Amino acid sequence: MRKLTTLAGLIILFAACRNSEQATLPIYGNRDTKTVTKDGKEVVDTIYQTIPDFKFVNQYGDSITQKSLNGDIYVADFFFTTCPSICPIMHRNMLKVYNEYKNVPNFKIISHSIDPKHDSVAVLKKYADGLGISGNSWWLLQGKKDDIYNLSASYLVRRPEESAKELFIHDGLFILIDKQKRIRGSYDGTDEKEVARLIADIKTLRAETNTEIAQ
Amino acid sequence: MKLSAALTLLVLICCGIIASCTSDAELEFKRYYLAGERLYKSHCQNCHGAKGEGLGTLVPPLTDAAFLQKNKHRLACIVNLGLTDELLRVSGKTYVSKMPANNLPPVDIAGILTYVNNSFGNKTGVVTSDDVAKDLEDCK
Ligand code: HEC
Repeated sequence: MRKLTTLAGLIILFAACRNSEQATLPIYGNRDTKTVTKDGKEVVDTIYQTIPDFKFVNQYGDSITQKSLNGDIYVADFFFTTCPSICPIMHRNMLKVYNEYKNVPNFKIISHSIDPKHDSVAVLKKYADGLGISGNSWWLLQGKKDDIYNLSASYLVRRPEESAKELFIHDGLFILIDKQKRIRGSYDGTDEKEVARLIADIKTLRAETNTEIAQ
Repeated sequence: MKLSAALTLLVLICCGIIASCTSDAELEFKRYYLAGERLYKSHCQNCHGAKGEGLGTLVPPLTDAAFLQKNKHRLACIVNLGLTDELLRVSGKTYVSKMPANNLPPVDIAGILTYVNNSFGNKTGVVTSDDVAKDLEDCK
Protein backbone atom coordinates (compact mmCIF):
# COMPACT_ATOMS: atom_id res chain seq x y z
CA MET A 1 0.00 0.00 0.00
CA ARG A 2 2.82 2.43 0.87
CA LYS A 3 4.50 1.57 -2.38
CA LEU A 4 1.34 2.32 -4.24
CA THR A 5 0.95 5.73 -2.62
CA THR A 6 4.55 6.62 -3.42
CA LEU A 7 4.01 5.58 -7.00
CA ALA A 8 0.85 7.65 -7.29
CA GLY A 9 2.67 10.59 -5.74
CA LEU A 10 5.48 10.28 -8.23
CA ILE A 11 3.09 10.13 -11.15
CA ILE A 12 1.29 13.27 -9.96
CA LEU A 13 4.60 15.07 -9.45
CA PHE A 14 5.77 14.07 -12.89
CA ALA A 15 2.53 15.19 -14.48
CA ALA A 16 2.76 18.52 -12.67
CA CYS A 17 6.33 19.04 -13.86
CA ARG A 18 5.43 18.30 -17.43
CA ASN A 19 2.50 20.65 -17.24
CA SER A 20 4.44 23.64 -16.02
CA GLU A 21 7.14 22.92 -18.58
CA GLN A 22 4.64 23.16 -21.38
CA ALA A 23 2.97 26.28 -20.07
CA THR A 24 5.91 28.69 -19.81
CA LEU A 25 9.51 29.00 -20.83
CA PRO A 26 12.15 30.20 -18.35
CA ILE A 27 13.48 33.75 -18.46
CA TYR A 28 17.27 33.94 -18.78
CA GLY A 29 19.82 36.61 -17.95
CA ASN A 30 20.51 38.85 -14.99
CA ARG A 31 17.61 40.08 -12.93
CA ASP A 32 17.07 42.89 -10.49
CA THR A 33 14.26 43.85 -8.18
CA LYS A 34 12.46 47.13 -7.76
CA THR A 35 9.95 48.10 -5.10
CA VAL A 36 6.91 49.78 -6.55
CA THR A 37 3.63 50.94 -5.09
CA LYS A 38 0.63 49.17 -6.53
CA ASP A 39 -2.88 49.98 -5.23
CA GLY A 40 -1.36 51.63 -2.17
CA LYS A 41 0.68 48.54 -1.34
CA GLU A 42 4.43 48.12 -1.65
CA VAL A 43 5.29 45.21 -3.96
CA VAL A 44 8.57 43.91 -5.30
CA ASP A 45 8.83 43.75 -9.07
CA THR A 46 11.43 41.72 -10.93
CA ILE A 47 13.37 43.53 -13.64
CA TYR A 48 14.65 41.12 -16.26
CA GLN A 49 17.58 41.54 -18.59
CA THR A 50 16.40 42.80 -21.97
CA ILE A 51 18.02 43.36 -25.36
CA PRO A 52 19.14 47.01 -25.59
CA ASP A 53 18.40 49.26 -28.55
CA PHE A 54 20.47 49.03 -31.73
CA LYS A 55 20.61 50.48 -35.21
CA PHE A 56 21.52 48.30 -38.19
CA VAL A 57 20.49 47.87 -41.84
CA ASN A 58 18.92 44.75 -43.37
CA GLN A 59 19.48 43.06 -46.73
CA TYR A 60 17.10 45.51 -48.39
CA GLY A 61 19.04 48.53 -47.08
CA ASP A 62 16.24 49.41 -44.64
CA SER A 63 17.25 50.82 -41.29
CA ILE A 64 16.35 48.39 -38.48
CA THR A 65 16.16 49.28 -34.80
CA GLN A 66 14.75 47.69 -31.67
CA LYS A 67 11.46 49.44 -32.57
CA SER A 68 11.20 47.50 -35.84
CA LEU A 69 10.74 44.40 -33.66
CA ASN A 70 8.14 45.85 -31.28
CA GLY A 71 5.39 43.29 -30.70
CA ASP A 72 7.45 40.50 -32.25
CA ILE A 73 8.81 37.25 -30.94
CA TYR A 74 12.16 36.72 -32.65
CA VAL A 75 15.12 34.39 -33.02
CA ALA A 76 18.61 35.92 -33.27
CA ASP A 77 21.94 34.50 -34.39
CA PHE A 78 25.42 35.63 -35.45
CA PHE A 79 27.10 34.52 -38.70
CA PHE A 80 29.06 35.69 -41.74
CA THR A 81 28.40 34.89 -45.40
CA THR A 82 31.83 33.42 -46.20
CA CYS A 83 31.89 31.20 -43.11
CA PRO A 84 33.24 27.81 -44.22
CA SER A 85 32.38 25.88 -41.08
CA ILE A 86 29.20 26.00 -39.01
CA CYS A 87 27.13 28.73 -40.71
CA PRO A 88 25.83 26.55 -43.56
CA ILE A 89 24.61 24.03 -40.95
CA MET A 90 23.06 26.80 -38.84
CA HIS A 91 21.20 28.31 -41.75
CA ARG A 92 20.11 24.97 -43.19
CA ASN A 93 18.50 24.48 -39.76
CA MET A 94 17.24 28.08 -39.53
CA LEU A 95 15.41 27.51 -42.83
CA LYS A 96 13.30 24.95 -40.97
CA VAL A 97 12.31 27.60 -38.42
CA TYR A 98 11.69 30.09 -41.25
CA ASN A 99 9.52 27.67 -43.22
CA GLU A 100 7.50 26.83 -40.12
CA TYR A 101 6.73 30.43 -39.12
CA LYS A 102 7.35 32.69 -42.13
CA ASN A 103 3.65 33.33 -42.64
CA VAL A 104 2.63 33.98 -39.04
CA PRO A 105 2.37 37.59 -37.84
CA ASN A 106 4.69 39.02 -35.18
CA PHE A 107 7.50 36.54 -35.74
CA LYS A 108 10.97 37.32 -37.10
CA ILE A 109 14.45 35.93 -37.48
CA ILE A 110 17.44 38.28 -37.36
CA SER A 111 20.94 37.14 -38.34
CA HIS A 112 23.74 39.56 -37.47
CA SER A 113 26.80 39.54 -39.71
CA ILE A 114 30.00 39.58 -37.64
CA ASP A 115 31.99 40.47 -40.79
CA PRO A 116 30.33 43.79 -41.75
CA LYS A 117 33.38 44.84 -43.78
CA HIS A 118 32.77 42.09 -46.34
CA ASP A 119 29.05 41.57 -45.81
CA SER A 120 27.63 44.70 -47.39
CA VAL A 121 23.91 45.12 -48.02
CA ALA A 122 24.43 43.83 -51.58
CA VAL A 123 26.32 40.74 -50.34
CA LEU A 124 23.63 40.04 -47.74
CA LYS A 125 20.90 40.34 -50.39
CA LYS A 126 22.73 37.89 -52.63
CA TYR A 127 23.11 35.51 -49.68
CA ALA A 128 19.40 35.84 -48.83
CA ASP A 129 18.51 35.03 -52.44
CA GLY A 130 20.86 32.06 -52.27
CA LEU A 131 19.11 30.79 -49.16
CA GLY A 132 15.82 31.24 -50.99
CA ILE A 133 14.32 33.62 -48.44
CA SER A 134 12.19 36.65 -49.28
CA GLY A 135 9.82 39.07 -47.59
CA ASN A 136 10.38 40.46 -44.12
CA SER A 137 10.32 37.50 -41.76
CA TRP A 138 14.11 36.89 -41.89
CA TRP A 139 16.42 39.88 -41.81
CA LEU A 140 20.18 39.72 -42.33
CA LEU A 141 21.67 42.66 -40.47
CA GLN A 142 24.78 44.71 -41.04
CA GLY A 143 26.12 47.45 -38.79
CA LYS A 144 29.19 48.83 -37.07
CA LYS A 145 31.41 45.95 -36.01
CA ASP A 146 31.78 47.18 -32.42
CA ASP A 147 28.02 47.63 -32.10
CA ILE A 148 27.40 44.07 -33.28
CA TYR A 149 30.12 42.57 -31.10
CA ASN A 150 28.96 44.49 -28.02
CA LEU A 151 25.35 43.52 -28.64
CA SER A 152 26.32 39.83 -28.75
CA ALA A 153 26.94 40.01 -24.97
CA SER A 154 23.29 40.97 -24.40
CA TYR A 155 22.23 37.77 -26.16
CA LEU A 156 24.54 35.77 -23.84
CA VAL A 157 26.54 34.39 -26.76
CA ARG A 158 30.29 34.21 -26.92
CA ARG A 159 31.87 37.45 -28.16
CA PRO A 160 33.10 36.78 -31.72
CA GLU A 161 36.86 36.75 -32.24
CA GLU A 162 38.92 37.12 -35.38
CA SER A 163 41.47 34.43 -36.13
CA ALA A 164 43.78 33.95 -39.05
CA LYS A 165 42.59 30.49 -39.95
CA GLU A 166 38.84 30.34 -39.43
CA LEU A 167 38.45 34.07 -40.09
CA PHE A 168 36.01 34.47 -37.22
CA ILE A 169 35.31 32.31 -34.22
CA HIS A 170 31.79 32.44 -32.89
CA ASP A 171 29.25 30.06 -31.47
CA GLY A 172 26.25 28.77 -33.38
CA LEU A 173 23.56 29.61 -30.86
CA PHE A 174 20.00 30.56 -31.78
CA ILE A 175 18.48 32.88 -29.13
CA LEU A 176 14.73 33.15 -28.59
CA ILE A 177 13.47 36.61 -27.55
CA ASP A 178 9.95 37.40 -26.35
CA LYS A 179 7.78 40.48 -26.96
CA GLN A 180 9.24 42.11 -23.83
CA LYS A 181 12.75 41.68 -25.34
CA ARG A 182 13.69 39.07 -22.74
CA ILE A 183 15.74 35.94 -23.44
CA ARG A 184 13.52 32.86 -23.29
CA GLY A 185 15.72 30.18 -24.82
CA SER A 186 19.14 29.34 -26.21
CA TYR A 187 19.68 26.53 -28.72
CA ASP A 188 22.62 24.98 -30.55
CA GLY A 189 21.84 25.95 -34.15
CA THR A 190 24.03 23.14 -35.49
CA ASP A 191 21.99 20.43 -33.75
CA GLU A 192 18.77 19.29 -35.44
CA LYS A 193 17.23 18.14 -32.15
CA GLU A 194 17.88 21.50 -30.50
CA VAL A 195 16.33 23.25 -33.48
CA ALA A 196 13.25 21.02 -33.21
CA ARG A 197 13.03 22.10 -29.55
CA LEU A 198 13.25 25.75 -30.65
CA ILE A 199 10.41 25.27 -33.13
CA ALA A 200 8.27 23.77 -30.34
CA ASP A 201 9.26 26.53 -27.88
CA ILE A 202 8.25 29.27 -30.33
CA LYS A 203 4.79 27.73 -30.38
CA THR A 204 4.69 27.75 -26.56
CA LEU A 205 5.86 31.36 -26.46
CA ARG A 206 3.30 32.45 -29.03
CA ALA A 207 0.58 30.89 -26.88
CA GLU A 208 1.74 32.76 -23.79
CA THR A 209 -0.86 35.44 -23.19
CA ASN A 210 -0.13 37.04 -19.84
CA THR A 211 2.83 39.38 -19.84
CA GLU A 212 3.46 38.91 -16.13
CA ILE A 213 5.04 35.54 -15.54
CA ALA A 214 5.49 34.20 -12.06
CA GLN A 215 8.98 32.89 -11.48
CA MET B 1 15.58 -29.10 -31.53
CA LYS B 2 16.76 -31.03 -34.54
CA LEU B 3 15.10 -28.53 -36.85
CA SER B 4 16.77 -25.53 -35.25
CA ALA B 5 20.16 -27.24 -35.42
CA ALA B 6 19.60 -27.89 -39.12
CA LEU B 7 18.55 -24.27 -39.63
CA THR B 8 21.65 -22.99 -37.88
CA LEU B 9 23.80 -25.15 -40.09
CA LEU B 10 22.02 -23.86 -43.18
CA VAL B 11 22.52 -20.25 -42.13
CA LEU B 12 26.18 -20.92 -41.46
CA ILE B 13 26.65 -22.48 -44.88
CA CYS B 14 24.91 -19.55 -46.55
CA CYS B 15 27.08 -17.10 -44.66
CA GLY B 16 30.15 -19.01 -45.77
CA ILE B 17 29.08 -18.88 -49.40
CA ILE B 18 28.32 -15.13 -49.25
CA ALA B 19 31.58 -14.36 -47.46
CA SER B 20 33.67 -16.21 -50.03
CA CYS B 21 31.76 -14.41 -52.78
CA THR B 22 32.87 -11.05 -51.42
CA SER B 23 35.69 -10.51 -53.82
CA ASP B 24 38.77 -8.40 -53.33
CA ALA B 25 37.16 -5.68 -55.45
CA GLU B 26 34.18 -5.49 -53.13
CA LEU B 27 36.42 -5.33 -50.09
CA GLU B 28 38.39 -2.52 -51.69
CA PHE B 29 35.15 -0.66 -52.43
CA LYS B 30 33.97 -1.10 -48.85
CA ARG B 31 37.27 0.12 -47.44
CA TYR B 32 37.20 3.32 -49.49
CA TYR B 33 33.47 3.85 -49.00
CA LEU B 34 33.50 3.52 -45.20
CA ALA B 35 36.56 5.75 -44.78
CA GLY B 36 34.95 8.21 -47.18
CA GLU B 37 31.70 8.30 -45.26
CA ARG B 38 33.56 9.39 -42.14
CA LEU B 39 35.61 12.01 -44.03
CA TYR B 40 32.54 13.35 -45.84
CA LYS B 41 30.88 14.00 -42.47
CA SER B 42 33.86 15.93 -41.14
CA HIS B 43 34.91 17.79 -44.32
CA CYS B 44 31.92 18.21 -46.63
CA GLN B 45 28.61 17.63 -44.88
CA ASN B 46 28.34 21.07 -43.27
CA CYS B 47 28.07 22.65 -46.72
CA HIS B 48 26.71 19.90 -48.97
CA GLY B 49 24.35 18.34 -46.42
CA ALA B 50 23.82 14.85 -44.99
CA LYS B 51 21.91 13.77 -48.10
CA GLY B 52 24.08 15.74 -50.53
CA GLU B 53 21.22 18.18 -50.90
CA GLY B 54 23.34 21.36 -50.88
CA LEU B 55 21.94 24.65 -49.60
CA GLY B 56 19.68 26.71 -51.82
CA THR B 57 21.78 28.36 -54.51
CA LEU B 58 24.61 28.93 -52.03
CA VAL B 59 26.04 25.40 -52.23
CA PRO B 60 25.33 22.94 -55.09
CA PRO B 61 23.85 19.51 -54.41
CA LEU B 62 25.94 16.41 -55.06
CA THR B 63 22.99 14.46 -56.39
CA ASP B 64 23.47 15.15 -60.10
CA ALA B 65 24.76 11.79 -61.30
CA ALA B 66 25.16 13.06 -64.88
CA PHE B 67 27.33 15.97 -63.69
CA LEU B 68 29.48 13.66 -61.55
CA GLN B 69 29.91 11.22 -64.42
CA LYS B 70 30.77 13.94 -66.93
CA ASN B 71 33.28 15.61 -64.59
CA LYS B 72 34.61 12.33 -63.20
CA HIS B 73 38.26 13.27 -63.70
CA ARG B 74 37.88 16.83 -62.38
CA LEU B 75 36.39 15.86 -59.00
CA ALA B 76 39.75 15.14 -57.31
CA CYS B 77 40.97 18.61 -58.29
CA ILE B 78 37.76 20.25 -57.05
CA VAL B 79 38.13 18.58 -53.65
CA ASN B 80 41.86 19.32 -53.48
CA LEU B 81 41.91 22.92 -54.71
CA GLY B 82 38.38 24.06 -54.01
CA LEU B 83 36.24 25.90 -56.52
CA THR B 84 35.89 29.62 -57.00
CA ASP B 85 35.37 30.04 -60.73
CA GLU B 86 31.96 29.16 -62.00
CA LEU B 87 31.49 25.77 -63.57
CA LEU B 88 29.37 25.35 -66.65
CA ARG B 89 26.58 23.16 -65.44
CA VAL B 90 23.91 21.46 -67.48
CA SER B 91 21.36 23.16 -65.23
CA GLY B 92 22.89 26.57 -66.03
CA LYS B 93 22.84 27.36 -62.30
CA THR B 94 25.56 29.30 -60.53
CA TYR B 95 26.23 29.19 -56.80
CA VAL B 96 26.93 32.10 -54.47
CA SER B 97 29.45 30.55 -52.05
CA LYS B 98 32.97 29.37 -52.73
CA MET B 99 34.32 25.94 -52.01
CA PRO B 100 37.52 25.93 -49.91
CA ALA B 101 40.59 23.80 -50.71
CA ASN B 102 41.21 20.59 -48.77
CA ASN B 103 44.70 19.52 -47.91
CA LEU B 104 44.07 15.77 -47.98
CA PRO B 105 46.19 12.83 -49.20
CA PRO B 106 44.99 10.99 -52.36
CA VAL B 107 43.79 8.00 -50.34
CA ASP B 108 41.39 10.24 -48.39
CA ILE B 109 40.16 12.04 -51.51
CA ALA B 110 39.58 8.61 -53.08
CA GLY B 111 37.49 7.59 -50.07
CA ILE B 112 35.40 10.76 -50.19
CA LEU B 113 34.81 10.45 -53.93
CA THR B 114 33.91 6.77 -53.61
CA TYR B 115 31.39 7.75 -50.97
CA VAL B 116 29.91 10.67 -52.96
CA ASN B 117 29.82 8.68 -56.20
CA ASN B 118 27.87 5.89 -54.52
CA SER B 119 25.52 7.80 -52.21
CA PHE B 120 22.65 10.25 -52.65
CA GLY B 121 21.34 8.16 -55.55
CA ASN B 122 24.68 8.10 -57.41
CA LYS B 123 26.29 4.82 -58.42
CA THR B 124 29.53 5.03 -60.36
CA GLY B 125 31.77 2.59 -58.47
CA VAL B 126 35.08 2.85 -56.69
CA VAL B 127 37.65 5.64 -57.03
CA THR B 128 41.12 4.50 -55.96
CA SER B 129 44.17 6.40 -54.68
CA ASP B 130 45.85 5.74 -58.02
CA ASP B 131 42.91 7.27 -59.92
CA VAL B 132 43.09 10.34 -57.71
CA ALA B 133 46.87 10.70 -58.02
CA LYS B 134 46.54 10.55 -61.80
CA ASP B 135 43.69 13.07 -61.94
CA LEU B 136 45.54 15.47 -59.63
CA GLU B 137 48.39 15.72 -62.12
CA ASP B 138 46.06 17.39 -64.59
CA CYS B 139 44.58 20.00 -62.26
CA LYS B 140 44.21 23.38 -63.90
C1 HEC C 1 32.48 25.80 -47.22
C2 HEC C 1 31.51 25.00 -47.90
C3 HEC C 1 31.97 23.78 -48.69
C4 HEC C 1 32.66 22.67 -48.22
C5 HEC C 1 33.18 22.44 -46.81
C6 HEC C 1 32.76 21.77 -49.34
N1 HEC C 1 32.18 22.32 -50.45
FE1 HEC C 1 32.04 21.46 -52.29
N2 HEC C 1 31.26 23.15 -53.04
C7 HEC C 1 30.93 24.28 -52.32
C8 HEC C 1 30.48 25.32 -53.22
C9 HEC C 1 29.99 26.69 -52.81
C10 HEC C 1 30.58 24.81 -54.53
C11 HEC C 1 30.28 25.54 -55.85
C12 HEC C 1 31.41 26.52 -56.11
C13 HEC C 1 31.23 27.33 -57.35
O1 HEC C 1 30.42 26.96 -58.21
O2 HEC C 1 31.95 28.32 -57.50
C14 HEC C 1 31.06 23.43 -54.36
C15 HEC C 1 31.26 22.55 -55.45
C16 HEC C 1 31.55 21.21 -55.29
C17 HEC C 1 31.56 20.24 -56.36
C18 HEC C 1 31.24 20.49 -57.81
C19 HEC C 1 29.78 20.20 -58.03
C20 HEC C 1 29.05 21.36 -58.61
O3 HEC C 1 27.93 21.17 -59.09
O4 HEC C 1 29.60 22.47 -58.57
C21 HEC C 1 31.91 19.04 -55.82
C22 HEC C 1 32.04 17.70 -56.52
C23 HEC C 1 32.11 19.26 -54.41
N3 HEC C 1 31.89 20.58 -54.12
C24 HEC C 1 32.47 18.28 -53.52
C25 HEC C 1 32.86 18.55 -52.20
C26 HEC C 1 33.47 17.56 -51.35
C27 HEC C 1 33.70 16.11 -51.72
C28 HEC C 1 33.75 18.19 -50.16
C29 HEC C 1 34.45 17.61 -48.94
C30 HEC C 1 35.83 17.26 -49.15
C31 HEC C 1 33.29 19.58 -50.29
N4 HEC C 1 32.77 19.74 -51.54
C32 HEC C 1 33.38 20.52 -49.27
C33 HEC C 1 31.02 24.41 -50.94
C34 HEC C 1 31.69 23.54 -50.10
